[in-house]
Amino acid sequence: MDETDISFFKDGFRLDGRRADQLRPVKIEVGVLARADGSCYIEMGGNKVIAAVYGPREVHPRHLQEVTRAIVRYRYNMASFSVEERKRPGPDRRSYELSKVSREALEPVILTTYFPRSVIDVFVEVLQADAGTRTAGINAAAVALADAGIPMKSMISSCAAGKVADTIVLDPMKEEDNFGQADLPIAMTPGGEITLMQMDGGLTREEFHQAVEMAMKGARDIYEIQRNALVDKYSQLEAPAEEVKACE
Amino acid sequence: MSSVISEIRKDFLYNLILKGERADGRGFDQYREISIERDVIKKAEGSALVKLGSSQVLVGVKMQPGEPFSDSPNRGVIITNAELVPLASPDFEPGPPNEVGIELARVVDRGVRESKAVDLEALCIVPGKQVWIIFIDVHILDDCGNILDAASLGAIAALLTTKVPASKFGLGEDYTLPVKDIPIATTAIEFGDVLMFDPGMDEESIANTKLTVISTAEGKICGMQKSGTGTLKQEQIYRIVDIACEKAREIREKFLEV
Repeated sequence: MDETDISFFKDGFRLDGRRADQLRPVKIEVGVLARADGSCYIEMGGNKVIAAVYGPREVHPRHLQEVTRAIVRYRYNMASFSVEERKRPGPDRRSYELSKVSREALEPVILTTYFPRSVIDVFVEVLQADAGTRTAGINAAAVALADAGIPMKSMISSCAAGKVADTIVLDPMKEEDNFGQADLPIAMTPGGEITLMQMDGGLTREEFHQAVEMAMKGARDIYEIQRNALVDKYSQLEAPAEEVKACE
Repeated sequence: MSSVISEIRKDFLYNLILKGERADGRGFDQYREISIERDVIKKAEGSALVKLGSSQVLVGVKMQPGEPFSDSPNRGVIITNAELVPLASPDFEPGPPNEVGIELARVVDRGVRESKAVDLEALCIVPGKQVWIIFIDVHILDDCGNILDAASLGAIAALLTTKVPASKFGLGEDYTLPVKDIPIATTAIEFGDVLMFDPGMDEESIANTKLTVISTAEGKICGMQKSGTGTLKQEQIYRIVDIACEKAREIREKFLEV
């Protein structure tokens, strides 16, 4: 039970063979849902998360609408089968909090004033969870927003750092999260403006600085993957446009 | 109507900030006056009424024996809840807690839990069968800004006065709840590149970004939460953390050190 009972490092490598400052493999697919205006599927290690964006569209209930800008709604939801022990379906207190902080992680870059009286809905479904679902959700949601053509000031990339066996590690997996000593998820713009910051556990100020640096580096790496995924999808679409031109 | 006033107010506050001032004359990292009255509710096992400026928060602790969680069979349970009752603000509505109330309760809980302030192992009655359950209930009475810091302060102050009601349940003599640490939450807002601690109601409503840092007696950080739709720079976060730990130490020494 105690954090000291598990050995997190073997010959300097982590349980899954990673270095302390190494991300788990990340796979991003853009535009995976037909009905949504924008969508994205992400795998970050053992996490499988899908995000959809609808809007800008009319606000229901109408009293929620804002005259000067669009409102953003974010729903983080875990599938009942996504975790070891079946999760009761529907929102719980944790998902309310995660929905709030995730929305606030994305809202700073969305140009909401372009769409007064409307709503941009972001739906995130966690299909398989393996520590770091909120960061995976934010990464997928940011790509889905771009896929939906929502004007944004920049991308948002999210990554966590943690502390296990008195060592700061990047992107903790389930075992490290459960028995670790701290967890620090962040989200930021490629320019380093931080839009999400949460922490629990115990860190000295030096450890905190080290963890922030590491998480920011992780987020920068994820940004490249997000960018490539979007470029991949939309560069493929260039071909038909040229054909149209040829017909003229 | 209210948004018009708030635009004017925002402009006024912004101009003050440019001059390095706050509406109530405080320094940027100065807290409003704090008072803590303990044991105000005799029916509760522990309680505290915290006044932070004009903000008032009452925290009550109730305890009862119950079943442990299956993944921690030998540890007591902490359940934190916050009621943002409509008497405290024109913005609060009756009904189940909304996301603001849930976030507040969860951040207060994070401070108590992650600092390991309560010795949960000592709250085991029959391993795997019966443990003490601690209910920390936060009642906001008057929201004049920064109720999170007040609630967090109230929670630890109430826990420090808590008597485990063992005799009531035929489990021996009553005893004082073992509390091992004193986590203190400090909140700052960012507005126009200025960082302000203990935001008042108006300051809170004009700011886009808020960062709460919870630190332990040892000076370690045990919890953090950014909220609001703005951004923070790395250096701003480091500065908030530095000041937060210092402020937490002052508050702890002045009001809660045993």
